[in-house]
Amino acid sequence: MSCWDIIADYGLRSLGIGERLLPRDNFTLCHHFTLIGSGLLWNIYFGTLALISGFFLAVAVALGKASRNIVLRKLAGWFVLVFRGSPLFIQFFFAYFLFLSLKGVHPVFSPFTSAWLGALVVLFLNTAAYSAEIFYGALRSIPRGDLEAADAYGMSGWPRFRRITYPTMLRLAWPAYTNEAIFLFHATTLVFFSGFPAWQQKGDSLYYASYLADKTFNPFIPYPVLAGYFILLTLVIIAIFGAINTRLNRHLPRPMRPRLRFRPNLIR
Amino acid sequence: MLFGLKWLSCYLTTGKHMAFYGSFGTVLLLLAITAPTALLFGFGGAMLARVRFLPASLLGKTYIALVRGVPDIAFFLFFVIALDQALEWLMHKAKCPEWDEPIRQGSDFIVCQAAKVPPGSAPQWLHETYGFALAVITFAIVFGAFAANVLFGAMRAVPHDQLETAAAYGMTQRQTFWRVLVPQMWIYALPGLSNLWMVLIKATPLLFLLGVEDIVYWARDLGGAKTPRFTDYPHGDWRMWYFLALLVFYLVFTRISEIVLDRLMRRLSVGQAISGGDAKRRAGA
Repeated sequence: MSCWDIIADYGLRSLGIGERLLPRDNFTLCHHFTLIGSGLLWNIYFGTLALISGFFLAVAVALGKASRNIVLRKLAGWFVLVFRGSPLFIQFFFAYFLFLSLKGVHPVFSPFTSAWLGALVVLFLNTAAYSAEIFYGALRSIPRGDLEAADAYGMSGWPRFRRITYPTMLRLAWPAYTNEAIFLFHATTLVFFSGFPAWQQKGDSLYYASYLADKTFNPFIPYPVLAGYFILLTLVIIAIFGAINTRLNRHLPRPMRPRLRFRPNLIR
Repeated sequence: MLFGLKWLSCYLTTGKHMAFYGSFGTVLLLLAITAPTALLFGFGGAMLARVRFLPASLLGKTYIALVRGVPDIAFFLFFVIALDQALEWLMHKAKCPEWDEPIRQGSDFIVCQAAKVPPGSAPQWLHETYGFALAVITFAIVFGAFAANVLFGAMRAVPHDQLETAAAYGMTQRQTFWRVLVPQMWIYALPGLSNLWMVLIKATPLLFLLGVEDIVYWARDLGGAKTPRFTDYPHGDWRMWYFLALLVFYLVFTRISEIVLDRLMRRLSVGQAISGGDAKRRAGA
């Protein structure tokens, strides 16, 4: 069986396309790369969608936290505290069992008990909370001169936010937000280990890596393969975010542009 | 039959619930052992990364970079098996040198009987302790890398004049390191280390993945629906409520840590020649 056959059989296995049964013996390196790479599709799916949707909520929550309205401020503060103060692992478990009980109340909630939606909701809220804290910090360190200049030009309300506050906030927050993105993709590996069932063995990269490690009883191949994939993924994220960073800072003279630094050193 | 509060108070004090409360102790024990061990690993890693000898500093830096670049949970799953196999392999080499079959046969990992860790005849508590010890070492390796990163940065943050002054006084490299650099670096390391402590707290539920009977294990076990056939206290699926309790536990725990660390920082900043520990803390957080 050549490697191409294996890729044809298992390349999209994580989506349920191709061979139904997972291989049970005679594992080759090709099996490892194909299966784990196939699982990576889920990590990309969760990470990308949670990041994009979470971005909007994060901006809203950051603005709420900085607003003059005490109700909004408290609400945003509690939201951030709850999601940043507790482990993501426990949040996944809680959400899964919550959706499971809600399913009994109304069938609307039944898709939430499967990972593709339920875990996505948790990741969305979680990354929104972490990013909101980053954006809030940036919001508070916008140079006062910029806002005063906006006032002097007669800008206020929406035009001032859209043309001054928002771009500056994004620019200041971007390096930290890049780390958050990297670290969100790492967090997606928790999904299938925390309650959410991998239906018909359609799991993410870590799910397959641990399957292979269990079957071969040899952790020294699947986990390094997984690590390689994630290092590649991290490099891609850094490249994309770096390009956006350059664009956000294009008005600044070259030596003043902040450089992106890779330092994701947190677990949630 | 019991009802209401009385039922609840009986229910919450069953033997299994006592084990559940005990597992909170397991978590605290893990934290109490892991935090200093990880700090030690981190100190070693940071020292290694600073050494002038290139292979050593490369080794230190690779350790730091690799552990941070890959999802942490992958490391947890990897190290638990890898450490176990490494240990058995070493025992095997030491105790059964005459063994000539390969250790890896297809999907099996076979060592001689004498090399089993812990020995097959060992009592249950030894197996559990062994599992817990593996978990502690795994946590220490992963968090040691984070701590190494923080300490490495802190060592570089100590003003260079201090080290030059020490050299001017004729101190050796070693004396400068232990008497000038190390005592001064803590104030720079504290913001990073307190952040790390928070992260360590939030990583404790991963113990469940390492096969330890921790709070997550018991919450799943106790919360599941029970029929009258198997228990005196039948109930439906309560897992949601158990995990809500865990959520609250972690929230309270992190909040208390935050307050304590804040106080510690303020205390340590007194009399330090940096422009307000406050500015440092904000930068580090």
